[in-house]
Amino acid sequence: MPLLRRLVLLTFAALALAFPATGARADAAEISAIVDRFATASKFPQVEAVIEALGAAGDPLAVPALRALEAGELQVAPDGRVVIERGDALLDPVTLEAAAPVEGRLKKVRTKNSIRRMIGDVISGLTLRAPEPAIRMTAAETIFASADAAQLDALEAALAEETDAGVKSRMEEARAAILLTASDDPAVQMAAIDIIADRGDQQALAVLATYANQASNADVQAAAREGVAEIESTLAMWQAGQNIWYGVSLGSVLFLAAIGLAITFGVMGVINMAHGEMVMLGAYTTFVVQETIRNSFPGAFEFSLLIALPLAFLVSGLVGLVMERGIIRHLYGRPLETLLATWGVSLILQQAVRTIFGPNNREVGNPDWMSGAFMIGEMSVTWSRLWIVVFALCVFGALLFAMNRTPLGLQMRAVTQNRRMASAMGIRTPWVDALTFALGSGIAGIAGVALSQIDNVSPNLGRTYIIDSFMVVVFGGVGNLWGTLVGGLTLGVVNKFLEPYAGAVLGKILILVFIILFIQRRPRGLFALKGRAVE
Amino acid sequence: MKFGRRTVLGAATALATMSLAFAAQAQETIKVGILHSLSGTMAISETTLKDVMLMLIEEQNKKGGVLGKQLEAVVVDPASDWPLFAEKARELIAGNDVSAVFGCWTSVSRKSVLPVFEELNSILFYPVQYEGEESQRNVFYTGAAPNQQAIPAVDYLMNEEGVERWVLAGTDYVYPRTTNKILEAYLKAKGVAEEDIMINYTPFGHSDWQTIVSDIKAFGAAGKKTAVVSTINGDANVPFYKELGNQGVAATDIPVVAFSVGEEELAGLDTEPLIGHLAAWNYFMSADTDANAEFIEAWKAFAGEDRVTNDPMEAHYIGFNMWVKAVEAAGTTDPDAVIDSLIGVAVPNLTGGYSAMMPNHHITKPVLVGEIQGDGQFETVWETPGLVAGDAWSDHLPESAPLISDWRAPMSCGNFNTETGKCGGQGS
Repeated sequence: MPLLRRLVLLTFAALALAFPATGARADAAEISAIVDRFATASKFPQVEAVIEALGAAGDPLAVPALRALEAGELQVAPDGRVVIERGDALLDPVTLEAAAPVEGRLKKVRTKNSIRRMIGDVISGLTLRAPEPAIRMTAAETIFASADAAQLDALEAALAEETDAGVKSRMEEARAAILLTASDDPAVQMAAIDIIADRGDQQALAVLATYANQASNADVQAAAREGVAEIESTLAMWQAGQNIWYGVSLGSVLFLAAIGLAITFGVMGVINMAHGEMVMLGAYTTFVVQETIRNSFPGAFEFSLLIALPLAFLVSGLVGLVMERGIIRHLYGRPLETLLATWGVSLILQQAVRTIFGPNNREVGNPDWMSGAFMIGEMSVTWSRLWIVVFALCVFGALLFAMNRTPLGLQMRAVTQNRRMASAMGIRTPWVDALTFALGSGIAGIAGVALSQIDNVSPNLGRTYIIDSFMVVVFGGVGNLWGTLVGGLTLGVVNKFLEPYAGAVLGKILILVFIILFIQRRPRGLFALKGRAVE
Repeated sequence: MKFGRRTVLGAATALATMSLAFAAQAQETIKVGILHSLSGTMAISETTLKDVMLMLIEEQNKKGGVLGKQLEAVVVDPASDWPLFAEKARELIAGNDVSAVFGCWTSVSRKSVLPVFEELNSILFYPVQYEGEESQRNVFYTGAAPNQQAIPAVDYLMNEEGVERWVLAGTDYVYPRTTNKILEAYLKAKGVAEEDIMINYTPFGHSDWQTIVSDIKAFGAAGKKTAVVSTINGDANVPFYKELGNQGVAATDIPVVAFSVGEEELAGLDTEPLIGHLAAWNYFMSADTDANAEFIEAWKAFAGEDRVTNDPMEAHYIGFNMWVKAVEAAGTTDPDAVIDSLIGVAVPNLTGGYSAMMPNHHITKPVLVGEIQGDGQFETVWETPGLVAGDAWSDHLPESAPLISDWRAPMSCGNFNTETGKCGGQGS
């Protein structure tokens, strides 16, 4: 690859000498002629040659064709024309006007990672002077990461006329990244190191570390090493914050998985092994909702999760209700039999889902507002995780309200605390039992909607969460919602601080050992119920 | 209306003959056992293999069966429960008298049935890529050995992508552990420094990949081109790839090459953010050959329009055709005769070549490296120039380097130690 890059550079230099006009803008016809060469480029090196030629032409007109190539949309018709296939439409790769229809099968111009990298570099060179600051910013970022010396001239030219301060500083950093390797002058390199070290993020670290590995000048190398150390110490501080965030986010997932169980097991005392399957049913409800939306109302996809929430609550709640009425109510006071019966139900539910939906994972898409990440300083926060944390808190709030401020909640608490007295006061305890169980199951169902965003939607989904759920509820204190919240978050954060040192496998084991020891000392968990309710 | 006595008699005779013939035919079937989990955690992968076997058997029967007899599939469900695999294998061989068994996915299930096949002397075709370090007389390994998947993939990354820093990430069980051991030895032999290799194991079904993905990002920021070699098992892949996508780890920066992710696994994912991540297999559904087009068409007609094909399915396709050919060459389904006649059998594979059964009970295959596309398919970006013969005992591990396997007489040994000149170098 380095050899290839050198060759490319040489070609560039030769071209520049032969045609002084290179770099000046070519016209559309010229670009079209180059783009048409993709038609005969069946091997990767040939594709690379065409991309180089487009880069050398130096005209932003080539950008749409390159972007299409990157996205795999650039196609060759049997008659040798090169077109962009976007959805059902065929476009001219340069003018982007509708192209004449094609007879026969289109053949894709093939790409691979190294070619896509090359496209990224060429596009950034061509878009350095694009009218939109955002595009110029991306271009500068790409050049910074690749430190491609071929882009230096274009970068200098763009820098001279850049007006946006943010973009300008990015471009200066990109220039520094190039100069660091391209220049032989220690003074220039030192200045470059300063600029890059000031940037202080992971990419800057990568650029400096690359250079530190191969520097020729000892002084400059030492400065680069210093810069690396400086960035690393800043990043280490952010790392702690990052770990807390990961812990909170894992904790919120654990909490969501466990909160339904906190009701069925915590409040009612039913050892419900089918709890995980309620979560799974919620996830499958999301899948069905998304599938329906995809087929019938593609526009509403962004709202699919909001639609799925109440439905998942209903589906899982209904299954829970049937379970309680059909099986569990006959087994109150017999924990072992309840355990076996609910275990059986969980197997039945799994196999039923497997029969209906097939054993494979089902694709549940992330709406746009749940994809990607944003940065807080050097901490990256993924949107899906953030929303799940927010969602977990909402569920917690709603549940707390339902338990403490609604008549049903009052009756639930009354029945759990003193069944006979509650019954004597005219509460229909069997129905309260059924509704409580349905509520717990329904909450598990909406947890499933959230988990479908980060995990597999497969019949085994519930299996992965059942142990963790019991762990959280027992650790947090049976019968206490606050305990589940604090328990889930604690376990999440502890787990995430252990993981970098102990590894994921050992981390999990340590957590288990920790909980066992903790339960030895405090058998009732973090937040033990006091007083009569204990009996 | 009146029937003549003769007509009635004739009809009766015809009926009797027919039913006799039918009865005779019903008795004269060759039974083929299918030992794949249809419930439990592994059902996700194995159910498809059961289906593909049923399809292959049905097609063979349309062509007139084997040795003039129809084939009969005997399907059992070992329910992803390893000891149950052994019981079900015994049931198939001793109870149902099957001539050969196609089955197993995980190495532990294979290990659990080995003694049964040895004791009852039957034949197992094992269709999944595995860690190697095994060659057993009754087992034919139609999936890839490490030198048919992992090593070429690493070579590709090293030579074509210029990767110098490696993350070996796997699920914590025998296949990733052994494969990573082999890869680590191989990388070090190629001059990769200790600190440029990061090894990471996660539990089965691991779903919170935040820390690991951000570790990988940090590891990749050390100024050398970095790649991830993933032996992460089935289910854990979806959250792993989702996290990669969300944290913006693009294939152009840090490519991930996976050995357990095929078309089937991608079916549960939005592959748009994953474009360019790699997988190494011996077959991709996108292979542009007539045999493959035919196979896909038959599969879709059999199993449904939206189904995909994958590498272990091709392994069963090859294994089944090898078995058919070997049985016909031997003229009997007697296990000893078939085991002997299987060696050297060559049948077309789906990527446009021929795969042959080697004396070590592994087969020759091409190795393909493919990039994930937006439509959930792979596009082949590199392949080995010729076929690669499966190596049962890795040359990159000191303890297995001197071992070879050759089941032909007079050696007839699965672990012949070339240093001591004795059979039985290690294990069985």
